[in-house]
Amino acid sequence: MIRAPLVKALGALGSPTHQIASRAVRTSAVVAQTPAKAPEKIEVFVDDIPVKVLPGTTVLQAAAEIGVEIPRFCYHERLAIAGNCRMCLVEVEKSPKPVAACAMPVMKGWRIKTNSDLTRKAREGVMEFLLMNHPLDCPICDQGGECDLQDQAMAFGSDRSRFTDINYTGKRAVEDKDIGPLVKTVMTRCIHCTRCVRFASEVAGVDDLGTTGRGNDMQIGTYVEKLFLTELSGNVIDLCPVGALTNKPYSFVARPWEIRKVSSIDVLDAVGSNIVVSTRTNEVLRILPRENDDVNEEWLADKSRFACDGLKRQRLVAPMVRMPNGELQAVEWEGALIAVAKALKNAGGQIAGVAGQLADVEAMVALKDLVNRLGGENLVTEQDFIKGSGIDVRSSYLLNSSIAGLATTDAVLLVGTNPRYEAPLVNTRLRKAFMHNEMQLASIGPNIDLSYEHKNLGADASLIKDVCSGSHEFSKVLEGAKKPAIIIGADLLARPDGAAIHATISEYCQKLKKADWNPFNVLHNSASQVGAFDVGYQPGLQRMLQNQPKVLFLLNADSGKLTRDQLPKDCFVVYIGSHGDNGASIADAVLPGAAYTEKQGIYVNTEGRAQQTLPGVSPPGMAREDWKILRALSEIVGKPLAYDTLDELRSRLDDIAPHLTRLGELVPASNSEASPQTTPNKSISGGAIDVKLKELRDYFMTDAISRASPTMAKCISAVNKQQRQNEEAKQSAAI
Amino acid sequence: MYGIVKGLLQLPGRVLLKQPARWKLDTTNMYDKLKFEFTEQNLCRAKEMLTNYGEKEQRGALLPLLDLAQRQYGWLPITAIKAVADMLKVDHFEAFEVASFYTMFRMRPEGKFRLMVCTSTPCFLRGSDVVLNTCKEVLNLNENETSSDMQFTLRTVCCYGACANAPVLGVNDDIYEDLTVPAVEDILSCLKNDVIPPAGPRAGRFCSEPVSGPTTLLCPPTPPGYCMQELCKPKKKC
Repeated sequence: MIRAPLVKALGALGSPTHQIASRAVRTSAVVAQTPAKAPEKIEVFVDDIPVKVLPGTTVLQAAAEIGVEIPRFCYHERLAIAGNCRMCLVEVEKSPKPVAACAMPVMKGWRIKTNSDLTRKAREGVMEFLLMNHPLDCPICDQGGECDLQDQAMAFGSDRSRFTDINYTGKRAVEDKDIGPLVKTVMTRCIHCTRCVRFASEVAGVDDLGTTGRGNDMQIGTYVEKLFLTELSGNVIDLCPVGALTNKPYSFVARPWEIRKVSSIDVLDAVGSNIVVSTRTNEVLRILPRENDDVNEEWLADKSRFACDGLKRQRLVAPMVRMPNGELQAVEWEGALIAVAKALKNAGGQIAGVAGQLADVEAMVALKDLVNRLGGENLVTEQDFIKGSGIDVRSSYLLNSSIAGLATTDAVLLVGTNPRYEAPLVNTRLRKAFMHNEMQLASIGPNIDLSYEHKNLGADASLIKDVCSGSHEFSKVLEGAKKPAIIIGADLLARPDGAAIHATISEYCQKLKKADWNPFNVLHNSASQVGAFDVGYQPGLQRMLQNQPKVLFLLNADSGKLTRDQLPKDCFVVYIGSHGDNGASIADAVLPGAAYTEKQGIYVNTEGRAQQTLPGVSPPGMAREDWKILRALSEIVGKPLAYDTLDELRSRLDDIAPHLTRLGELVPASNSEASPQTTPNKSISGGAIDVKLKELRDYFMTDAISRASPTMAKCISAVNKQQRQNEEAKQSAAI
Repeated sequence: MYGIVKGLLQLPGRVLLKQPARWKLDTTNMYDKLKFEFTEQNLCRAKEMLTNYGEKEQRGALLPLLDLAQRQYGWLPITAIKAVADMLKVDHFEAFEVASFYTMFRMRPEGKFRLMVCTSTPCFLRGSDVVLNTCKEVLNLNENETSSDMQFTLRTVCCYGACANAPVLGVNDDIYEDLTVPAVEDILSCLKNDVIPPAGPRAGRFCSEPVSGPTTLLCPPTPPGYCMQELCKPKKKC
């Protein structure tokens, strides 16, 4: 089966900046896998400057090599070449017509003129045609100020218009489409670059968008008025060079020149996507992706992008203490901290801490230090993992193949995970491998839609044993692969037989291991998990509950797994976190913390890359950064922590685990570290393997921030509505 | 200065073509419930067509199969497009994109006889407007309309490539050429009685030969060597 036509492969492979030349020759997966002798470079001249490029390089890429930027609308480095906007026309000497630079491979000795009269005239002409059918509504357009069409019309367009509508017939106008609660459409503004169509079919893997009609009647739309519902739909907003597709929740909110931009990290899944937080007047307005080829390329999942309105709702703005009548009452910081300190003094060392999904490393370390100083040892993560000594070795809980590495795999086995919704940007990497690397993917678990073809081996847990013993037919595929990978879902390892599954697979991975390739991967779904293990937290609530804590700290622990009934009656629960969610509702004292856009905090993503968030806004009301709360509390309890500033806390982190402060770097767990070969006392007990996030509707609300987000609620109701309509259509068809 | 600006403002205005009312995305939803299946005979044909394409190029059969489906059904309901897409393992929308791009695929039901009057320049010079008006009057139809009994649809098209026989009128797959008002009336009255008249020129000529009869090649062509100089002729053996 053809996964990517050759033309497509030309545009969609590799990363844009440092591999331009090498990408051009990787026209098919076969070439990419077996690097033959590097072909001879050919010399071309761009504006009389000689440049040597590999054969197959396009004119546009050759010009980019020496820093000449050719204007373009339809061309995008990470998408297939379409060549339909014609904006990149340039003159090539001895060519009778201008050529489309994005699609034309260079020939030896070509003299490309990117600033000649002919080139400029061609650009002006194309721009005139585009503007003729484009409304002049920039003042009310949300793209205004960050619009490619605006910028390029200024730079390359004619300085006067010939458009005079003497008959008042009006310009071409197109009806807007309703494609969902996230993307607003103003289709009259569309210039038919088809970037969104290509993104949907190539990267997101849903063929929902397309073009209908031809000529003046051509339209971008969805098939039979369907919604464009995918976990990556927000990216078409960034891709759209004009204001045809804009951010619906952000519409008419702000202009790009009014906002402050802060480079930060997303924490709503364990990928650690790089983001830019746009703020104005102490309010997070929107979140955009930031390019990082090792993590998120330049995409961002919808939850990370659109859940930011949850940061303004359900916030804890004042410390609260539960009164004897059972109600939480807002108090001053002093009162709240004293109440907690009293409880701590009476606890006699029976103190425990639970780190939730959104906890940053600094706060976790501060909590751990505080609890340890008070004689407690009981520090766990809310998300369960294997019991026993499984997390002593770092490589046993990381995505060792690295996120970028997954795009180079050629055989992958998913065990109890649905990367499409647990980590959408990991799934795009797998999809990339599927498209360009002939990757074969099999899954053990429920049959899920990954947006590309894969083989579901079944949901029976005994299949893991079959594959790992080499008796299953997919074992041969894995063993024959150059870069195999096995990805285990974090939820699966929380099962009672998780340790057995973990041990079986890691033993098999020892066999699959290559010199510079570790096929063992755990895909986490909470941003704090790897960081928590790195600083010495233990997995699972059970361990904590066994010890009957008298004081329990919940650090952003909001999943609702812990209920009041499980705790001893006299247990004093302290919640530190940003949102009034499950955690705060069972707490005796609530200490309002900062959300990820309001603090400088380190998070370690599922591949073990430590990155930090930066504060874009200040915490609302009396809320404070989590580690500062713990520092203040330690002072009141009388066991002050040894750091007063973030820098001092960071140097404490450096002592615990040096990789935590090497921000942005991937410090791979050493490949030679042998996984603990403690023979698991339990065997894989069978029972069907399940994943939590099976459908799109499960994806939108997974943590306290997204649960508070009205946009995410709208998404869920849109998905439900679409499904109801589909069912009704099916029923009436059956009649 | 003002004069220059004013002069610029008075650049010759571009007269816009009269545009149709806002083009709406075809709400094909209403045809979502029609059943479509290839007949057994057409299924055989489809399979035959598929053999023309390699295993990896099956999608190339999209156009022929859509055409086959249209010939079977008379037009292309969305279910037919789906059926073809499923057959070729092409995405539904991709097949829909193709069907909506080509004007010869009809996504809505049309009359049994599709009358297509060529209105391009050569036909216009030879009186295509008269032909069109005759059609309109006889059938009591406007352009792009279908008669209520679903017998006739009247359309204008641009060039059949039969300019030597202008004006021309296409009826489904046939072309009627060298039309005059009586000829059109004759054709239409035949069609009304469900008789399909023989296609071709109506001026009593063969194909596109001159109306006044052939001017060249009036006698059988001369054999090779005719009129050649004596010297060039092969010498007689002595």
